Amino acid sequence: MSHPHDDPHPHQPDIEDAPLGYHETLTEALLALLRDKGVFSADELRRTLEEIDSRSPADGARLVARSWIDPAFRERLLHDVNAAARELGIDAGGIPIRAVADTEQVHNVIVCTLCSCYPRLLLGAAPDWYKSRAYRSRVVREPRAVLREFGLELPDEVQVVVHDATAELRYLVLPCRPAGTEGWDEPALAALVTRDCMIGTAMPIVPG
Amino acid sequence: MSPRFRPGDAVRVRAWDPPGHVRTPFYTRGRRGVVLAVAAVHPNPEELAYGRSGLPAQPVYRVAFSQAELWGEAAERTSDRTVADLQERWLEPAP
Amino acid sequence: MNRRHHDMGGLAAGPVERAEHAHAPWEKKVDALLRLLLAKRVMTLDELRRGIEEIGPDAYDRLGYFERWITSIGNILLEKGIVTVAELGEAMASVRRAAAAAGRR
Repeated sequence: MSHPHDDPHPHQPDIEDAPLGYHETLTEALLALLRDKGVFSADELRRTLEEIDSRSPADGARLVARSWIDPAFRERLLHDVNAAARELGIDAGGIPIRAVADTEQVHNVIVCTLCSCYPRLLLGAAPDWYKSRAYRSRVVREPRAVLREFGLELPDEVQVVVHDATAELRYLVLPCRPAGTEGWDEPALAALVTRDCMIGTAMPIVPG
Repeated sequence: MSPRFRPGDAVRVRAWDPPGHVRTPFYTRGRRGVVLAVAAVHPNPEELAYGRSGLPAQPVYRVAFSQAELWGEAAERTSDRTVADLQERWLEPAP
Repeated sequence: MNRRHHDMGGLAAGPVERAEHAHAPWEKKVDALLRLLLAKRVMTLDELRRGIEEIGPDAYDRLGYFERWITSIGNILLEKGIVTVAELGEAMASVRRAAAAAGRR
């Protein structure tokens, strides 16, 4: 009987029994060639894969929660997300990230209509829908209809602002702190902040 | 290179459609917007895309468009806005 | 005015399909490969994007997200002379041999 922790690559029947596809073959071939040529080492590849796996929306959620309980931090976050993230020990990378703050009057939502730019170092990998033709095409033209599909119905008096990430800048939505969370600590608040809250397709909800 | 435009300036996006790698969305071209801020000063992506340096770096602006300006009568709500990050050479003054 | 295929903001499209898939191991490797090539300044993000935009409308719609990426990365590396067509041909054959030996086709 095998011990699960002995095997660094647990068998994944759905993936590993699938036929070897053309693009997977190309990927493995390029990796092998570039390693042989010394462009990067096997160790660098392994560490980069670990780095990718280590990122999740929990990092972004910590920033949002801290901004709700610490007004000075919020100011610093709005001024420079990458620097504010460093304060919490989060490496947000070299591409500048800008926080766009919701208010009672304004709801922000982010998209990249030209490709799929996304604040990956704070939110992890982008969801498939963020990269889809439907989202990229429609959200700039009919944001309210798209948000309604996500279950978000915005009142008439709220202005929707769509941010199209067309340059080397990434956007992070800073949602409003929901009512009924007075006195909550940072981890409890962070648990309310989902990935979609920081894209702008959801709002934090207090379980009731 | 010091920025040509300042926050509050009205600008129009050039109605160009060259081939090649471009970071100015089609839906903004020919449209009038307002500069919110200088977002960054960046090497030119239209050059970087072909392996060149893209230098000198040029200003990139956050430009806000009303949905009415972008989509006209078809706008879902005219008072909503879209903001895109656009490079200086794609913008001209629109007083 | 000519609109390019990837430049889709404002076009009509169907509902946003919200099902999500976990990335396959090879898709994560594409992601890692790009990060390494950017960090080593072998290529730029703009070159990646240009390469994706040049695969043509049919392939753009037919290929998966990371399939588009690796297609672009392969072409850019060929263009730059970092790898040659023959090297890639042999390396791909070698990957297939190893997979077959491991019982995978």
